[in-house]
Amino acid sequence: MTTRTKLAAAAAGVLAVTLTGCGAADMTQQTSPYANVDGAKTVTLSVQSWVGAQANVAVAQYLLEHELDYRVDTVQVDEVPAWDALSQGRVDALLEDWGHPEQEQRYVQDKKTIARGGDLGVTGHIGWYVPKYFADAHPDVTDWKNLNKYADEFRTPESGGKGQLLDGSPSYITNDKALVNNLDLDLQVVFAGSEAAQITQIKQFAKEKKPFLTYWYEPQWLFNEVPMVEVKLPKYTDACAEKGAADPKTVDCAYPTTPLQKYLNADFAKEGGKAAEFLKRFRWTKEMQNEVSELIASKGLTPEEAAERWVKDNREVWRAWL
Amino acid sequence: MSAVTTTSAPGTGKAKSRTGAAGAAGSTGRKTADSATSHAHRRGPAAALARHRTLAKLLTLAALAAVLVPLAHARWASGSWPEALTVDLAQPLGDANTWIIDNRDSHPVFLYFFGHISNGIIISVRAVYVTLLALGWAGVTAAATLLSWRVAGPRVAATAGVSFAVCGLLGMWVPTMQTLALMAVAVTVSVVIGALLGLAAGLSDRTHRALRPVLDTMQVLPAFAYLLPVVLVFGIGVPGAVLATVVYAAPPMARLTALGLRGADAGVLEAVSSLGATGRQRLLSARLPLARRELLLGLNQTIMMALSMAVIASMIGGGGLGDRVYQALSTVDVGKALAAGIPIVLLAVVLDRTTAAAGERAGAERGGPTWARGWRAWTGVAALTAAAALAARALSSLTWPEGWTLAIAEPVNDAKEWMVDHLYSGVPVVGGTADWAAAYVRWVLDPLRDGLQGLPWWAVLLAVATLAWLIGTWGTALTATLAMAAIGVLGVWEPSMDTLSQVLAALAVTLVLGFTIGVAAARSPRLERLLRPVLDVCQTMPQFVYLIPVVALFGVGRAPAAAAAIVYALPAVIRITTQGLRQVDPAALESARSLGATRNQQLWQVQLPLARPALLLAVNQAVVLVLAVVIIGGLVGSGALGYDVVFGLAQGDLATGLVAGTAIVCLGLMLDRVTQPTARRDRKGA
Repeated sequence: MTTRTKLAAAAAGVLAVTLTGCGAADMTQQTSPYANVDGAKTVTLSVQSWVGAQANVAVAQYLLEHELDYRVDTVQVDEVPAWDALSQGRVDALLEDWGHPEQEQRYVQDKKTIARGGDLGVTGHIGWYVPKYFADAHPDVTDWKNLNKYADEFRTPESGGKGQLLDGSPSYITNDKALVNNLDLDLQVVFAGSEAAQITQIKQFAKEKKPFLTYWYEPQWLFNEVPMVEVKLPKYTDACAEKGAADPKTVDCAYPTTPLQKYLNADFAKEGGKAAEFLKRFRWTKEMQNEVSELIASKGLTPEEAAERWVKDNREVWRAWL
Repeated sequence: MSAVTTTSAPGTGKAKSRTGAAGAAGSTGRKTADSATSHAHRRGPAAALARHRTLAKLLTLAALAAVLVPLAHARWASGSWPEALTVDLAQPLGDANTWIIDNRDSHPVFLYFFGHISNGIIISVRAVYVTLLALGWAGVTAAATLLSWRVAGPRVAATAGVSFAVCGLLGMWVPTMQTLALMAVAVTVSVVIGALLGLAAGLSDRTHRALRPVLDTMQVLPAFAYLLPVVLVFGIGVPGAVLATVVYAAPPMARLTALGLRGADAGVLEAVSSLGATGRQRLLSARLPLARRELLLGLNQTIMMALSMAVIASMIGGGGLGDRVYQALSTVDVGKALAAGIPIVLLAVVLDRTTAAAGERAGAERGGPTWARGWRAWTGVAALTAAAALAARALSSLTWPEGWTLAIAEPVNDAKEWMVDHLYSGVPVVGGTADWAAAYVRWVLDPLRDGLQGLPWWAVLLAVATLAWLIGTWGTALTATLAMAAIGVLGVWEPSMDTLSQVLAALAVTLVLGFTIGVAAARSPRLERLLRPVLDVCQTMPQFVYLIPVVALFGVGRAPAAAAAIVYALPAVIRITTQGLRQVDPAALESARSLGATRNQQLWQVQLPLARPALLLAVNQAVVLVLAVVIIGGLVGSGALGYDVVFGLAQGDLATGLVAGTAIVCLGLMLDRVTQPTARRDRKGA
C-alpha cells in the first residue's frame, strides 16, 4: 500500500511541477534527489580525489551515521567545483581545502553562501620529493641546484630528452612549470592526470628502485610505504607569493605550508543542527589522518571499515566533537 | 543514416548489425555495395569514371593549393598555426564564467528556465528512486524478472533475476538503484526528445536534411568535452548528469524513428490513403505501427548509450555506480572499481536483451494472447511485484541484507598485483609491458607526434581536404577542413596534433588487431563463440575500470591511454568485421571455390572486397571509440587536449576546458568525415 501511495504522490509531484512551472525555481535550493529519502536526515559530504580527503570523510561519515543517526551521501568532486556545489547547497560540507583565496572572496565574503568551518587540524605542505633510496646514494640531490646533474637519471619515455618531474592531478595547486622555467632546470613536467595514476607510477618506480622526482605533498600515507625526501627549493617568501599572485608565470620559490580548512554551506551551518556542530568541531592530526588513509589506500579496507577501526581505538578523541 | 552509431553494449553485435542492416536497407547501402563490386572487378566504365573523378578532384585541389599555399606562406611564414590567425577566447570565456556564477541565483534565465529544468529532473529522479527503494530488493528483483519474462521470455527473465541478485551480492544495491533512477529519467527524456525529432525528420524532407548534421555532430562529440559547460550552468549533481546523458543518448532514437517512418511500405500507405485516412490517421494507424521495430531498436540503442555515460556523468556528481567506480579509481582499487563496474555491465545486459527481444517480437504478430489476456498478464506482473515487495517489507529488509554480500575486491586486486609483478618487465624473449610501452612511445607515438607537429599547417589542411574529398563529397571535405582550421583559430594546434597522433597510432593498432581477429572469428564459429562473452564485457565495462590496471602495466603517459582505447574499441571492430565477412554472398564464395581459389585467395579477392562497407563502418566506429578513450586518458597522463578538459573540470576553468573541448569536437568531426565514405549517397535520402 505504501508503495502505491508513494507512487501516486511521486506522479502527482512530477505533474505538479510540469503544470505549474511558472514560479521562480531557485537552483541554489536544490539538494540531491538521493538525500533525505525515507525521512532520514541526510548530510551530503564532498570527497576530493586524494586519499587524505577520503579519510576525513570516512570518519565524519561513520560518526554521523553511528553516533548521530544521520544518513550520509558522498559525492566525489574536486575542490573548485566543490566550492560551487557548496554555494548551491548540492553538498553540505568540504572538509579539506588547500587554500582558494579567489573562491573565498567570492562566496564567503561577497555572496555569503558559504561559511567557514574552522581548521581541520592538519597542515598541508607541497614540495618536490625523491625516494629515500636515491637520496641516500646521492645526498646532494636534495638541493634544487644539483637537480640538473641528475636530470638524465629521471628521464622516461614521456619526458623527451629531459628529466621527468612527475606532477599529479589537474586539481592540485601547482607552479611547477613556472618553477622549472624560472630556475633553469633541465626537466619536463609530466602530468599524471590523477592521483591514482601518480601513486601507481610511484609504487612501480619504488618496486624497481628506480630514481624519480615527483611533486608530492604532506600529509600523505604513501610516505609510510615509499619513504621520500624533500628537495630543497628556493625559500618561500611573501614577496615571491605576491609576485606569483599577480602573474603565476613568475613564481620562483617553494610552496607555502597551509593549515587546511573546512567550509560549510551557509544555510547548513546555521540550520544543520547537530551535524553542522559536529563538523565544525571535527579536528584531528596529521598522524591520525594518515593512519586512516593508509588503511584505505594500502591495506585495502573500505573507507567504512577503516573509519570503524580508527573510531574504536580513539574514543577520547572524537568524544569531544559530538 | 550515418555510419556513426556508437554503441557499447553486449549483444550490440546483434544490435549493430541491425543498425547496419537498417542503413544498408535503403537505396543507400546498395550503392556502396555496387562500388565495392566494381572494385572487385576493376574493369568496366564505372570504375574508369570513378578513377577519373578522383583524378579531377586531385587536380582541382592541387591547383587550389598552388595558388593558396604560396600566399599563405608569404603572409605567415610559420610551420605551426600562425599566431595572427588565432582568437584568444580566455578573456570572454572567463567573463562568461564569472557572469554565470554571479547571476545563477538571481537572473530570470536561471530562475524561470534552467531552474525549472533542473528542478523537474531532480523531482523525477527522486520519484523513481523513492519508488525503487520502497519496492525493496525483493520487489525490484521480482518486477525486473516478471517484466522481462513478459516482454522477452523465460531465458531473459532468468538473466534479469540473477543479475539483480548479483548487484545485491556485490554490495551495490543502493548505488544500483541510484543509477537505475538516473537512467530511467535520462532514457525517458532521450526517447521523448529523440522520437519528436525523429518524427519531424520522418515527416519532412527539409527537417530531415537540416537535422542530420546536428545528429551526426551530437554523436561524434566525446561526452567528456561538454561536461564543463553543463556543470557551469546546472552545477554539480544529477541535473547536469542527466542532461549530458541526454545529449549523448537521444540521437539514435531520432535517427531510427526517422528511418522507420521513411521506410514504411509504400503499398500499405497507398492502401491506407485510398481508404480516405487523413494524414494524422495515416501516421497513427499505419506509419508508426509499421515502424515499431525501428522504434524499439532506437530505445535499445538509447539505453545502451545512456548506460555507457553512467561513469563519465559521475565526474560531475551523477552519483550511483559511476561514482563508486570513480572513487575506486582515486584509491587505485581495481577490485572495488570492478565491483561497481559489474552491476553496470549486468544492467546493460538485462536491458539490452529485454529491449532487443521486444524488438524482435514486435514485427511478428503473436497469434495466441489477445489484448485482454495481455492486460491480465500485466496486472499479474504488478500484483506479484507488490506481493514480493510486501513480503520483503514484512521481513523488514528493504535494502539488500548486509550479510549477503560477496567481497570480490581483494582477490581481484591480488590478481592484478600478480599480473603487474610478472608482466611489467623482464619477461623472457617478448619483454615486459613497460618495455612495450617504452617502445611504442619511442618508435610510434613520438615520431608521429613530431611529424604532425612539424608539418606546416597548410599541409595538414590540404591532406585533410584531400582525404575527405576522395572519400566523400566537397561538402564533407569542407566540413573536415573547416573543423581542422577551427582548431588552429582556437590556438590549440600543438596539443591537438599531439592528441591526433595518439588517436591515429591507437587506431592503427586497433584496426590491425581487430581485422585479424575478426577474420579468424569469421572463419571459426568456435572462436567466435569463445570471444563473444569477452567482447560483451570489454564493450560494456566502463572505460574508467581499465585506467588503473593499464597504468600499473604501462606506466604513466600516453601508452596506457592507448592501451585502454584499444581494449575499448577492439570489440566493435572485431564484431563488425566478423559480421561483414559472414554476410558475404555465399554464391560468390561458392563460385570462387569452384574456380579453385585457395582459402586465402577467397579471403583477399572475394570476401574482403565484398565486405568493404562493413570494414569501413568498423573503421568509423573505431575512430569514434578510440578518440573518446584517448581523451579520458588525460586522467592517466596522456596530456594534450584530454588533460586540458580534466583541468578545466577540476579548476572550474571554462577558458581552458571549453576551448579544449571544442577542439576535441572538431577533431572528432574531422576524423568522422575523413572516414565516412558513404556521404554522397545521402542525397538520395535514406
